[in-house]
Amino acid sequence: MVNSTVFAPWEDPGQTPLIRIENVTKRFGDFTAIDDVSIDIYTREFFALLGPSGCGKTTLMRMLAGFETPSEGRITIDGKDMAGVPPNKRAVNMMFQSYALFPHLTVWDNIAFGLRRDRMDKDRVAARVEEMLKLTQLQKFAKRKPHQISGGQRQRVALARSLAKAPKLLLLDEPLGALDKKLREETQFELMEIQEKTGTTFVIVTHDQEEAMTVASRVAVMNHGKLVQVDTPERIYEAPKSVYVADFIGDVNLIEGLVASVGELAELTWAEGKAPLIGQSGASLKAGDEAVFAIRPEKIAISREEPEARNRVRGKIVDIGYLGNLSVYHVQLPDGSYMKCEVGNRSRVSRRDYTWEDEVWLSWTDTAGLVLPS
Amino acid sequence: MNRISSFNIVSLTLGFAFLYIPMIILVIYSFNESKLVTVWAGFSTKWYGELLRNESFLAAAWVTLKVAFFSSTLATILGTMAAYVMVRRGRFAGRTLFSGMIYAPLVMPEVITGLSLLLLFIAIGLDRGVLTIVLAHTTFAMCYVSVVVSSRLVSFDQSLEEAALDLGSTPFEAFRLVTIPIVAPAVLSGWLLAFTLSLDDLIIASFTSGPSATTLPMKVWSSVRLGVSPEINALSTIFIGIVTVGVLIASVVSKRAISRRQAEELAAES
Ligand SMILES: Nc1ncnc2c1ncn2[C@@H]1O[C@H](COP(=O)(O)OP(=O)(O)OP(=O)(O)O)[C@@H](O)[C@H]1O
Ligand SMILES: [Mg+2]
Repeated sequence: MVNSTVFAPWEDPGQTPLIRIENVTKRFGDFTAIDDVSIDIYTREFFALLGPSGCGKTTLMRMLAGFETPSEGRITIDGKDMAGVPPNKRAVNMMFQSYALFPHLTVWDNIAFGLRRDRMDKDRVAARVEEMLKLTQLQKFAKRKPHQISGGQRQRVALARSLAKAPKLLLLDEPLGALDKKLREETQFELMEIQEKTGTTFVIVTHDQEEAMTVASRVAVMNHGKLVQVDTPERIYEAPKSVYVADFIGDVNLIEGLVASVGELAELTWAEGKAPLIGQSGASLKAGDEAVFAIRPEKIAISREEPEARNRVRGKIVDIGYLGNLSVYHVQLPDGSYMKCEVGNRSRVSRRDYTWEDEVWLSWTDTAGLVLPS
Repeated sequence: MNRISSFNIVSLTLGFAFLYIPMIILVIYSFNESKLVTVWAGFSTKWYGELLRNESFLAAAWVTLKVAFFSSTLATILGTMAAYVMVRRGRFAGRTLFSGMIYAPLVMPEVITGLSLLLLFIAIGLDRGVLTIVLAHTTFAMCYVSVVVSSRLVSFDQSLEEAALDLGSTPFEAFRLVTIPIVAPAVLSGWLLAFTLSLDDLIIASFTSGPSATTLPMKVWSSVRLGVSPEINALSTIFIGIVTVGVLIASVVSKRAISRRQAEELAAES
């Protein structure tokens, strides 16, 4: 493309979303699994649903696929109200968490299953299946039954099967949950590549926040059936709107205190006789509010001499974790609380500068931390 | 493997003897030359020949096979559908009552089942004959089929059906293309069970048949009352043969289905 712009249809008011979830609530008996959720998802997005177990991710997906009906609210896909439309009449395909491959059919027939339901003629079915087999590198396994292939191969069959019909919307419910880390990362990139090639809109459910950060154009963080924040992965990570999101995505140090002043930057008093901490001001805070200072471990510098930065605390190293590419220092502050600080390992371990029981300074810049409402 | 102790050999022998000696004696005497059932007079297959010329036995055999085939097929269709609704369609009003009612005939004394069916057929003015026996056998075999099939359905991953729907099948297509092939071994063993149940039923058939239709068990029963003939022994031997073959096929089918399912489940877990 000549005029390549950043993909961000959600910022363009002229775009109409592919999926509109409007004030949807889902109750099972008197238990509310989804609580007044509204999301717009745009064509070609890779939209990730993230949240702790039982927060309602699968339920939301099942409503999109048509296996559950909302108790309240409305779901429209491509402008059509989905109320009363059964799963087999929706241009939506779902890749199940358990893969749900048909055990009595070969890989080939599994992939062809959906195409045959459309009364597509034989040659076109065959051509499409071959195309899918090639895309997922499964040509060699076409004649096998699902129990004769490996877990990763099964996962690709499930993907090929759900992609075969070229749905407008593909729902992936923890598609990579069963894979080991390496295969998982490979498949994530494969997924993104497929998404780019086919232009399908993906909604992916995941437990794994790293996965969400890797693949998604936007991430929705859920908790107890409610939507907590919807944003790009970068913003979710760099500018979480609540302590919950900051804590859920990645590692974070949290320090409680009172807002001293708000302006360009906010100041937070956190301990008697200590200089206030300075950070970017989160949503709608005013002086005197209780708040939490959030700072990511990798944004903290560690030193023996007192640093220049305004944000600095002194403490003692109580634990060191060596993670290969980086080291994590657990530092105990005089008030007894702990902070984590990550430092990249550019040189060999033997040249580690700090060790247990060392007195050190931790410091970070004025814009590295966030002051969030508690 | 444990060594087989002499105690085990004795108990095994006793058990098998208890089970099979009556049948072995019957088989041996079916090849007896003599007309007297209790006196051995040399080997002969003449009673099998006699049997083939005995019109009334052949007619009864034909009725029995017809009844067994149609009733077991009907029972399999109805029982599978009932099992499907019970296991799959969630909680609907009266589900507990309904499932209780399906399984009740399992414990109902056959005399009562037979009698109530007889009264029903009289009440609605249905002429008793092959049709009424088929209906009666369907009624009581259906609950056995639904027990066998529903035990398979319970362990069946429901997301398979959802996947079929998701890929554009109608609910009926999902049932036909996914559910049925996967539960087929259970359906087949249900059918075999219904078939054998119908084959050897005497009581219900006696209640619900008319003068035009006599099943083999009824025929055997009535002729034995006039004295055991070697022909009956021959007939019974043939029956034992058929049932043995049937049981062997059923066990091979279900064994293969089980080992395949284990492989599939193992695969699904990984
Ligand atoms: N059919 C149902 N009947 C009653 N409660 C249900 C039903 N389905 C889901 N729930 C409840 O709704 C809540 C949300 O379930 P859901 O499966 O959507 O969670 P999830 O976010 O997908 O969790 P996980 O990450 O563990 O898969 C859970 O508390 C669950 O117990
Ligand atoms: Mg889930």
